[in-house]
Amino acid sequence: MSHHDHPSHVHHHFENETQQFDSDKMGMWLFLVTEIMIFAGLFCAYVIYRTHNPEIFHYGHQFLDKNMGALNTLILLTSSLTMAWGVRAAQLSQKKTLLTMLGLTMLCAFGFLVIKYFEYSAKIHHGTLYGDRYVWQTEEHGGEHGAGGDGAEMHSLAEAAQDANAVHQDAMAGGAQLTDASMKLPSSQYAPAPAGPEGFDINEPAEAKAEEATHKFEQPAKAHLFFSIYFIMTGLHGIHVVIGIICIFVIFVLSAKGAYNSTYYTPVDLVGLYWHLVDLIWIYLFPLLYLVD
Amino acid sequence: MASTGQTVKSILTSPVHPEVNYLNATKGFSSWFFTLDHKRIGVMYMVSILTAFFLGGVFAMLIRTELLTPGELMFNSATYNKVFTLHGAIMVFLVLIPGIPAALGNFVLPLMLGAKDVAFPRLNLLSYHLYVIGLVMALLVLGLGGVDTGWTFYTPYSINSQTPVVLMTSAAFILGFSSIFTGLNFIVTIHKMRPPTMTWFKMPLLLWALYSTAVIQLVATPVLGITLLLLIVERVMHIGIFNPALGGDPVLFQHFFWFYSHPAVYIMILPAMGVISELVSTFSRKHIFGYRFIAYSSIAIAIFSFIVWGHHMFTSGQSNLMNMVFSALTFSVSIPSAVKMFNWLTTMYKGSINLATPMIYTLSFMFIFAIAGLTGLPLATLATDIHLHDTYFVVAHFHYTMMGSTLFAFIAGLHYWWPKMTGRMYNQKLARFAAWFVSIGFNVTFFSQFPLGSLGMPRRYHLYEAMPDWQIYHQISTLGAYMQMIGFLIAAYALISSLSKGKLAPRNPWGGATLEWETSTPPITFNFEDTPEAGDPYDVESWQWSDEEGGYVKVRPSVADEDHAE
Repeated sequence: MSHHDHPSHVHHHFENETQQFDSDKMGMWLFLVTEIMIFAGLFCAYVIYRTHNPEIFHYGHQFLDKNMGALNTLILLTSSLTMAWGVRAAQLSQKKTLLTMLGLTMLCAFGFLVIKYFEYSAKIHHGTLYGDRYVWQTEEHGGEHGAGGDGAEMHSLAEAAQDANAVHQDAMAGGAQLTDASMKLPSSQYAPAPAGPEGFDINEPAEAKAEEATHKFEQPAKAHLFFSIYFIMTGLHGIHVVIGIICIFVIFVLSAKGAYNSTYYTPVDLVGLYWHLVDLIWIYLFPLLYLVD
Repeated sequence: MASTGQTVKSILTSPVHPEVNYLNATKGFSSWFFTLDHKRIGVMYMVSILTAFFLGGVFAMLIRTELLTPGELMFNSATYNKVFTLHGAIMVFLVLIPGIPAALGNFVLPLMLGAKDVAFPRLNLLSYHLYVIGLVMALLVLGLGGVDTGWTFYTPYSINSQTPVVLMTSAAFILGFSSIFTGLNFIVTIHKMRPPTMTWFKMPLLLWALYSTAVIQLVATPVLGITLLLLIVERVMHIGIFNPALGGDPVLFQHFFWFYSHPAVYIMILPAMGVISELVSTFSRKHIFGYRFIAYSSIAIAIFSFIVWGHHMFTSGQSNLMNMVFSALTFSVSIPSAVKMFNWLTTMYKGSINLATPMIYTLSFMFIFAIAGLTGLPLATLATDIHLHDTYFVVAHFHYTMMGSTLFAFIAGLHYWWPKMTGRMYNQKLARFAAWFVSIGFNVTFFSQFPLGSLGMPRRYHLYEAMPDWQIYHQISTLGAYMQMIGFLIAAYALISSLSKGKLAPRNPWGGATLEWETSTPPITFNFEDTPEAGDPYDVESWQWSDEEGGYVKVRPSVADEDHAE
């Protein structure tokens, strides 16, 4: 291809179409490397906390709904298929198939977010939240506890949570000193924390209140950190899903205007790559968070 | 600049001073601020970075002045904490990390490739805009009274500090993405836009250095991003990951932080080494010695940079085994660094050395970098580090690497490419004088801090009334700081006054053989009239001095690399 028949979508500083396509694709792959490194930091935090405090993962994961997680995995895998199909359709100039596939991909992405919404709201009801918002008190429901549960029970739980929150905030005030003391003991740092109330336990006073409940599962001291990790990992992933939806929507509108065909489909290809990464990260998140045992 | 007496004839036919160049092609604020031209973006980066450097320098002067006396002179301790934090944060995130890649790299990288632009000009502009946003946010922090955590933002203090930590870390987060996008752009540009005759081993060494730097930017910076994001979430939502009060692990923050920030030191030094590799050959009028070794050592440093971060935590409760492993790995970094030093020295050996301004900074760099490297060894040694950790010995060591090495290379590069950027020659005498003044001032400032640190003066301390013996070292150090300030002001005057008073620069004032010297001065908007033929970038003899031109002219095509024994 000579300089003179530069197609309109080829920028002036590229020699030809191939050079531009190769550059764009390489740029996207490198961007995905940065995305992987961002999540790698979180996976690293996961590994370190799981190594030092395995009990909080065994305890915490029971509160996650495996069925919903599995359904979401299925939905995202399907969306990856439709996305790949869409890229193929763009390469073959099949506009109608491309639009259908992009539409289906967006639908799956929305479905994923809706399910995530139900999961999150269940956790808000139960008080199984991150860090100092963790106000879960009664352990009796343990493994069976899903996103469902009847309204009356939830209500009472929320009330219990409010009570506990007040107690818990008192505990927080003294918390810093306690932890500083335990920090100096290497064993409490690196050995698995005891399941009992030794060392630092923000919920210790509240546990006495829930004494009548049958202790099917002993609540470990740092249980709230599991939910911190859960929310930050799934939350960041969720943000990526939203960004993905926006990107897919943009190329959906552009393909409706006929912007892509077998000679030029780079944006579809690149958004596809991004979407596969978002899917792939979930493939790791699901077993690591939901299927701990 | 030996004159042959005969007239030498240039083989380049394009005009040296075209009517229309990249500086005057279009006019107005938006023609600059929204330009896609890598040269204009480079120049804007240069102006912004030098502004930030001035700001960081003011804080440095305040610190040094405060330390003249053992008691309180101007600030109380709370203010002092903010002053050194802002000095560190501005210098690291706004000056040293973007300095060479974003300002000089943006300008010369496509020119060295004989290309029209970088691969993604819009992304390049976005990088710059993110930088400006980061700069504005840092200024906002300054307006809000500053932060007091130190530039390292260590938890748990950074979680509890009452200063605007979230704003400052958000600025660093955004600057991180600016840096990532620059790196991404450079990698793709170097991979995909090299001219057909430029194989990997015919690339100028600056490109090898920028490539290695870009790999680190791309892989390490996202980890800083997520770390700062976690810190912000920690402060806003109390998730507890880094907060011991909630059962979290503050040392994890240190690991995450240094997993980026140690490689970041190489984001600073690698491009500096690249600049020095270019300059040492040009000003010695000799082919670079050991091209492949210098190229490979850049890659080696990039790889090593990822596996030594633990040496920042020898005293943070790391296990003995980890300390030993990190100590041993840290020593290994000295190998590729020394390889470069020996190759530069050998390049100069029997060369015809031209002591122009950039070369003076280059020689200072080599002297300073040698000290910087050697004083790193006692810090990598576990036993001595226990004593030296967090003392002025560390302060002196990292100023020798970050300021004396990186910043000097940046200033050297600025003086080297200035004529190409602006089309004007600066006053050599004045600039040379400034270079000596800055170099001597630097060593006075920071050499005195080595004994001060071994005597035990801790870093970040404001008062040292109990140890009156330390005052003399502080005073010598402050004297040196003032010398540097005067030197930099003279250098700035020499450069700025050249814009109006300087004589027109020739095509190639120094005789470098890389492609950027083949275009006009200043370059035209699309860089080259005719796409240049890439040969050996260090065949400096293909350029001969011409009295008529007042610069070097290209007398023959540069010959292939293989003709030079290595």
